[in-house]
Order: sequence, then C-alpha cells, then structure tokens
Amino acid sequence: MTRHNSSAPGRRRIRRLLSTIIGSLTAASLVGLAGCASTPGNASSEISLDYWLWEALQVPGYQKCAAAFEEANPGIHVRVTQYGWGDYWQKLTASLVAGAGPDVFTDHLTKYPEFVSRGVLLPLDDLEATKGFDGSVYQEGLADLWVGQDGAQYGMPKDFDTIAMFYNNDVLEDAGMTAADLDDLQWNPEDGGTFEQVIAHLSIDGNGVRGDEDGFDPQNVVTYGLASGGSGDTNGQTQWSWLAAATGWEYTNADVWGDEYNYDDPRFQASIGWLFGLVDKGFMPSYESVGTAPDPVQQLASGKAAISPNGSWTISAYGRLEGVDLGIAKIPSGPIGHPVSMYNGLGDSISAQTDHPEEAAKFVQYLGSEECQVIVGKEGVIFPARPAGTDAAIAAFEERGIDVSPFTDLVEDKYTVLYPVTTNGAQILSIMQPVMDGIYIGSEDVSSLTAVNKKINSLFAKKP
Amino acid sequence: MAITTQNLTRQGAVPPPATPTRNKQPDDTKLALLLILPATIGLVTFYFWPLLRGIWLSFTSWDLLSAAKFVGADNYVRMVQDPVFWNAIGATLYFVAVNIGIQTIVALGLAVLMQRLTGSILVRSLILTPFLVSNVVAALVFFWILDFQLGIGNQMLEWIGLDRIGFFTSEDWAIPTVALVNVWRHMGYTALLIFAGLQAIPASLYEAARVDGASEIRMFKAITVPLLRPILGLVLIISVIGSFQVFDTISVTTGGGPVNATRVLQVYIYDNAFAQFDFGYASALSVAMLAILMIVTFVQYRITRAGQTDLN
Repeated sequence: MTRHNSSAPGRRRIRRLLSTIIGSLTAASLVGLAGCASTPGNASSEISLDYWLWEALQVPGYQKCAAAFEEANPGIHVRVTQYGWGDYWQKLTASLVAGAGPDVFTDHLTKYPEFVSRGVLLPLDDLEATKGFDGSVYQEGLADLWVGQDGAQYGMPKDFDTIAMFYNNDVLEDAGMTAADLDDLQWNPEDGGTFEQVIAHLSIDGNGVRGDEDGFDPQNVVTYGLASGGSGDTNGQTQWSWLAAATGWEYTNADVWGDEYNYDDPRFQASIGWLFGLVDKGFMPSYESVGTAPDPVQQLASGKAAISPNGSWTISAYGRLEGVDLGIAKIPSGPIGHPVSMYNGLGDSISAQTDHPEEAAKFVQYLGSEECQVIVGKEGVIFPARPAGTDAAIAAFEERGIDVSPFTDLVEDKYTVLYPVTTNGAQILSIMQPVMDGIYIGSEDVSSLTAVNKKINSLFAKKP
Repeated sequence: MAITTQNLTRQGAVPPPATPTRNKQPDDTKLALLLILPATIGLVTFYFWPLLRGIWLSFTSWDLLSAAKFVGADNYVRMVQDPVFWNAIGATLYFVAVNIGIQTIVALGLAVLMQRLTGSILVRSLILTPFLVSNVVAALVFFWILDFQLGIGNQMLEWIGLDRIGFFTSEDWAIPTVALVNVWRHMGYTALLIFAGLQAIPASLYEAARVDGASEIRMFKAITVPLLRPILGLVLIISVIGSFQVFDTISVTTGGGPVNATRVLQVYIYDNAFAQFDFGYASALSVAMLAILMIVTFVQYRITRAGQTDLN
C-alpha cells in the first residue's frame, strides 16, 4: 500500500487513516480469534485438547476417561464439549473452516467420507501413539468401517449399536400375550407373517376393537401396534433396515465404499411398501400425526404404540420411562431365515488442524483402550467397541434389570449388516428424504425409488 | 427578502471575483469524505463485497473446506434442470400470494378501523403486539397450538365435531398454515404503515364528502384507496420482498417438508449451502432470487406508481 504513489496529500492522509482503521480492526479480530483458540489459563506448559461429542448421556463416561487420561499424562488438559446432533455438524464444519475446530471429535459414518476427501482428518497410522493400530481387538468389523478408500485408518472404534424392539409388559398382558409370544417372530414383505399378526393384535381402536378382530376402525386408532420413527431417509436404521435386510437385500454393492445403491431392488421396495402400508391398516401412526420429529420412545410411554423398534443407544431413555414395565424383544426373522440388524459404530477422529497431533493421538489411543472403554461401558449407556467394554455395559444394564441380549446376540450370531459407508452422503440424503417422506405420506409410490436410485448412482459416475 | 435582493443586485452589478470569499473557508470535502467513510466501509464490506463474491461463487464449485473451483455456467444449467428449484419457485410464489394477499387486505381493514373508528392508543398498540414477538417464537407457538396430537387448535376442532388437521404435516395445508402464521405476526405492523399513510390524507376531504352525503364505503373507495396508493405501493414492495425471503417460520416448523411442500427458495438455498456444503450451487440460487426480486420490485413500482402521489 505504501508503495503506491499518492497524488494528493489529502488522499494520502485518508489512505493512511484507512489503513490504520483496517489494521486495528484486523488486530482486534485476531486478538478475538486468539482468545477463542488458545488454551485457557495456564501460560505455557499445559497443552489443551478439545474433544467434542453429541450424545449428552455419554458425557459423564467420557469425562471420567478424560480425567483418567489427564492423570496419566500430566501437562495435557482435555476439554469435553457436547452439542446436540443438529448443531454438532454445523458447528464442526464452521469451526473447521475457521481453523478453530476441536482436536479430537466423535465421528459418524455418514459424515467422515466427506471429511476424508476434504483432507480435514489425520490418518491414525501416521501418528506415533496410534501407529500400531490393531483393529482385531474390537468387535468384528467395526475397525473396517473407518478405513478410508486410501487404506488409512481415520477413526478409532468407539462403540457399536444394533436394533431391537421395546415393549410394555402391561400392554402385552392386557392383550393376553406374554413375552414369549414375541420370541422368534417371522416376517415377510407379502403378508407380514406372525410379526404382522402380533402388531395387528396389539392395535386397538376407539371402541376397544383389536386390529385382528372384525369391525376394527383403522381411522380411529387409540393404540398402534408399531411405533413410528419416521420415513427413515437413506438408511432407515431404526425404521426399516432390519426389515429390508432380512430379505437378503443390501444397501450397496460392497460392504464399505460401495458405488452403487440398490434402492431399485424389488425386495427393498416390497419391504418399504409393507411397512408404510401399515398406516392404512391402522397399525402404525400416519406421517400427518407424528410430523417431522417422530419420537418412538414417547409413543411407547404414552401408550400410543405397543412395540417400539429402536437402537441400542436409546436403552437408557426407555429404561427411565415411568410406569412402563419395559421388555426388549429381538427383531423378527425374515425370508433369509434369521433376523438382520444394522450394525453401526461411531469413531473418534483427529482433526488435521490440531496444533498437537501427537498428544491428540495419545488421547484417541486412550479412548480406544480397554481401560477407557470399560469405564464408558460401566456407565450403561452404550456398547463400547471392545468386547470387555461391551461386557461391562451388559453387566451395567443387567444391574438395572434390563436384559440387553436381544441387541448383543445379533452381533454374536453375526446377523448384522453394516451401515452404508459411501461418498456423497449429503446429496443422497437430499434426494432420498423427500421421496421416503412421500411414500410414508402415501403421495409417492415405492416404484418411484427406482428413478431415485438411478439419480443417486449417477452421483458416483460423475466423480471418478 | 431584502438581503437576497441586495445580493442579487451586487452579483449582477459587479463581475464575480476571481477568488470568491466562500473559497477562503476550509474545503469541507475531506471532512465529508472522512465522515462518510465508516458508512462506506460498512457498505462495501457487508454489501458490495459479499454481493460480488456471491456472484463469483455462483460460477464455482465450493465446499468451504477446499478451494473454490471455476465451473463456468454449470450451476445455472443445473438450476434450470433442477425440478426441486422449480418446485421451490412455485412454493415461494404460492406462499407470497397467500401471505401478502391476506395480509394486505386485513391490514388495510385494520388501519381504516384505527383511523375512522377509534383513537384509543391502547387499541392501536394492541394491534401491534404480535409484531413484537420474534418470528421463531411465533412460529413455534403456532407449531404447538396446531400440533396434530397435542395442539389445542386440533383439540378444539375435535370438540366442534371436525376431524383433526395436520396443519404442518400435510402437503396441502403446510404452505397456507405457514403463510397465515406470518400474516398474524405482520398484519399489525403493516396496518401501522398504512395507518401512517391514512393520517396524511387531509380530513377536509372526508368532511366535504360527508357534506355531500357520501357513505363510509363510498368514501373508502373514492378517497381512501386512491390517495393511499403511494403508501400502499411502498408497503407492498417492502412486504413482498420480505415475504419472498421467508425462512425462519418454515425452518423451525416444517423444515421444508412434508416432502417438498414448503421447500421455498430460501430454505432450498440453506439446504444446499449449510446441509450439503454446496456453496457454488447455493450462490447460483441466491443470484436467481436476487434477479427475481429485482424484477418483482421493478414491476410493482411501475404498476403502483409508488413514486407519484395524487395528493396535490
């Protein structure tokens, strides 16, 4: 700026003034930024790591881990921050853009492929503490989910989840049924099998007529047999993954990093058709009545629904319901001959922007260690990825009188299907969500998924 | 008067001096520039620069984290072929039509009542109260009132023997519901603007009309509406622009659904920018919105002749 020839003294003065103002503004904002990013308090020696997660129920467990880690590593301070799922990803992206993101954060399979392609994650293999990463010490398959297309490990397996069905024993009793009646249910997309018979029997209309009796009024239902978790978007994790997968259907053409989705498969479309067909039969609440934020936990609690399929991360939410004699049943077997649950796992990733990659790796290594995962397991909130952590969680749930074997048996039996890890997650969601909502509402036919699938697969053709 | 004449005569008689006395005073230009500098910096930083950058970004592919890549007119080609974009235009126009149509009529009625019926400050203030509630709060309150299961609105429908309505959850009802929530919030404010215009109409006109035996309705048609036209034009331009930009009411209630029923242009822009981080395409959509608003404003200005008045 000073190298320019100024023609008039007045203009030069203005320019100088301008540069002073801009200079001071910049300085002020830098001070502000520095204030955000720098370590609080301690001047020099202590290193501060920011760790983010989205599940509020998990905060106490991870705070205990962080405390234990700090004790073992004097000079490293870990700050645990929690944001709700919606805010989490926006804040994370915004802070990564601003260069002020966390050092370590909980990562999700739908999101991390895009982070990898944008180069914002550090591969664990490159860092001292996590170099010798061994995926075999975790529950089978979990570590593979976090291997990028380049073969590098981008996440430390943290936990896993599967699907089962929650119910209220009192409601079952009123229907003249016992928990044993929910064992070994059979389902198929044609007539719904014994599973549909149970749902029908548990549905009650305003006159007290049950769904499998004559004169049932599907327009005036008081208790629905099956709770609604919404349309399920791209993966239907709690809504329909366990139905469609039990027909032998798979999301994509590969376990991980598939580049072709199978939403055009007749088995998938038949499963979706059966599920959302329950609305007209009066066995499941309509889209109109549950709206944009359906809550299967609340539907069970209020008696609006009798059977509430949900993920293992919600066990403690159901466990805390007042006046509900809680039971958990295994999801029904499908045409494939056994039940199939989605098998999803979270991971901890290291931001490429961290100032302390080695210390961050140390922390991530600790998060993946048996010690930390047993601490988290004992909290009885989620199933940690290490078998010892899983056992600790099972014991913690048992202490509260909750038998979680319907969730864990599926993993032991390997009756699971992996969460679809592919690129283009956000675009696929934006294409899929309105159509799935439309199918739930009844304004779209399941056959429209064929065109949707074509559109989705063309996303992969574009980018080699 | 006398001084002016004196000056005139002096200037007429004596040829203007080479250096007029005025020029001896310090030149104010620098001070003036300095004083408008803060505003200019603001204008450039917060309006011109983002505008230019936005237009530039609409020709790129940019995901925030990697560098923007120039892609020519790709985003615009994609936009023209994007059915969700055209659906968004349709949804936006539908929203604006319902919102502005009802809002203007109700506000005009309210303003005339305020003017002709009551002078009570209390009543006039009460009409403005919905505007004091933030958009998000108003939207959420109605979201609860009209909830399918728990809403008192639906409970009342049931009491009078009607079926419950999914105000926010059915594709047919979503846009009218959101539009009416906005009408509820903005009608008082709009009425106030129109009321200010009514105050400018001389009372003598009404007196004269009353002497001639004109009815209230006739006076409304022959005096109020024609003389209110410039104000009404201005109010329409402001409220239509605001209406096109509807976002908060939808974002906190339907989020663009059910399906795409309420995915208006702003919501679609937001989805692309902040959910999919496709800032290039979102910028192109924003430029389209800018173009639409410029056209709408120009046409409205012309049709309502808002720059002219019949009051002279």
